[in-house]
Amino acid sequence: MEHLPILVVAVPLFVAFAIPLIDKVGGGRYAKEGVTVGSLLFSLIGMILLLKRVAALGPQVYVFGAALPTLTLPTGMKVPIRIMFEVDGMSAFMALSGSIAALAAAIYSIAYLKDETGKDRFYVLFLLLVVGMLGMELTGDIFNFFVFLEISSIASAALVAFRYYKAESIEAAIKYMVVGSLSALFVLIAVGFLYGKYDALNFAAIAKRMEFSWADKIALALLVVSLALKCGAVPLHMWLPDAYAEAPASVTALLVSVSQASLYGLFRVCFSLFGVKMSTLTVGWIVIIFGVLSMFIGVTMALVQKEIKRLMAFHAISQTGYMLLGVGVGLAVLGNPFDLKSYGLMAMKGGIFHIINHAMYKGLLFLTAGAVFYRAGTRDLNKLGGLAHNMPWTTVYFIIGAAAIAGLPPFNGFASKLMIYESVYKFNPILSIMAMIVSVLTLASFVKIFQSAFLGPQLPEYKDIKEAPMSMLVGMGILAFVVVFFGLFPELIVRTIVDPAAKALVDQASYISKVMGGM
Amino acid sequence: MPFVVVGVMLALGLYAILFSKNLIKIAIGLSIVESAVNLFLITLGYVKGAVAPIYTMAPAGKKMVLPTPQALTLTAIVIGLATTAMLLSLIVMAYKHYGTLDIRELRRLRG
Repeated sequence: MEHLPILVVAVPLFVAFAIPLIDKVGGGRYAKEGVTVGSLLFSLIGMILLLKRVAALGPQVYVFGAALPTLTLPTGMKVPIRIMFEVDGMSAFMALSGSIAALAAAIYSIAYLKDETGKDRFYVLFLLLVVGMLGMELTGDIFNFFVFLEISSIASAALVAFRYYKAESIEAAIKYMVVGSLSALFVLIAVGFLYGKYDALNFAAIAKRMEFSWADKIALALLVVSLALKCGAVPLHMWLPDAYAEAPASVTALLVSVSQASLYGLFRVCFSLFGVKMSTLTVGWIVIIFGVLSMFIGVTMALVQKEIKRLMAFHAISQTGYMLLGVGVGLAVLGNPFDLKSYGLMAMKGGIFHIINHAMYKGLLFLTAGAVFYRAGTRDLNKLGGLAHNMPWTTVYFIIGAAAIAGLPPFNGFASKLMIYESVYKFNPILSIMAMIVSVLTLASFVKIFQSAFLGPQLPEYKDIKEAPMSMLVGMGILAFVVVFFGLFPELIVRTIVDPAAKALVDQASYISKVMGGM
Repeated sequence: MPFVVVGVMLALGLYAILFSKNLIKIAIGLSIVESAVNLFLITLGYVKGAVAPIYTMAPAGKKMVLPTPQALTLTAIVIGLATTAMLLSLIVMAYKHYGTLDIRELRRLRG
């Protein structure tokens, strides 16, 4: 059981490189799809077990190459010199959310890509993307974080360009590649600053000795900007709508979770690496401003879009704003125990709960958009219409996703948005009101998609189209089930997974002492 | 002194990425930034008058330079190779589609 943290990453990685071999020796028609889904299922089950272990025993570490996987400090040493994974409530939460989305997207891909070529390479890259995402979320070493960040950005750029015969895909992939590698290089410069100062690469070891001098401030600025860039916060969002709209739908559903891994990195850096030693009020406000700008600009840009996936991509930016807002409020009051207790923790829980909710319903919406594209052959809202007659299941899934993103009860978006409104109101009423306005605008634009794509009379050119194939329905079904389940039992979810995640972020001391021993 | 070189290279690379209109030049700019970062890492671990960090071959009593930044740099170089290869292959594809490398022409995705 103590090997779980590495197994959830290593198994997909191994399978990724085994796929070309399996494809070479034959092995049946659906061999590569089968092993992909199998390994992702393994990761998901592993994550659930790991989450239970973390809940019962506190943060888990896995040290590579040590005599014992839990031996963080080599004998006679005061600093950890080996690379390690450190899994606390927050990491486990993020990785769980990511692995659910990955499994649903992989199942969906089976039918969605049936007529495409190069499927073996698609699954290799897909699994590498999952590995990069999970690795970023589980690692306890800042250089290792950079490596996984690069793995995920190279894999995702390649997947955005999967439909290489379309000029738009290539254009989006180039933008994504340049932005992704530039921000990763900034992360590396920050790593250099921190290493030069503290002689350590481990999050906990650096955090323990953190002084917050000028070199640390440069490192913090570089990390915040580059990770905000990677998670698509306004004003650094220009690559995101292109990449999301042009990638195949199943990849887009996964990209939502991958961007959230960068968001996780941002939170980890702010809370666990710097924590109360920096002026949390200032940095908290920077995160809040990123959040509010993203919410507002994302949604206003979405209102004018005519293309279904591009519209949803702008909503992804806007929803990321909610997470930044919720957790940013928590960060702003981190130094003040009273405020933190009265509303800060609640705001963080709302923001963190919104992360998993967003990964589920936005993944679902992108998959329904893909199903529409798969059958109707266009994503232009002006050309679509009356699809509810032919695609009843897709319509139902779309309604679930749209109601969740707009924050209607009893779906999961309602639960987390309510937590954000209530707690942010106590911090600053204006922010809360803005969040509500954005929510109304979100509803407006999804009503527009629903009305123009699904409702209305049956159009003659779409008369003969059929419901989406089985595997796509199953993939969407998994996410729709999670959306409804989370919406019906929000207290259960908050108690079991969200609350430990928020507490893990706040509790910097136990994150450090797990690696460094007694303080 | 090496840090000045790092700063200059960083500035040059960023300038190329932000202001050049040619995709190949942007790729070159990215490579320059990458080299700047690698130089930065390697400089961090430099100890004056020290020997290479090979434990069994270093003469006793001599200082060694830090091995970790070298390992980091090596990893970063490998990653950089992958990024450059990926970016260049995308540029080749873009050239096939658009018939130009001018980024002002690559404007099908807007709004």
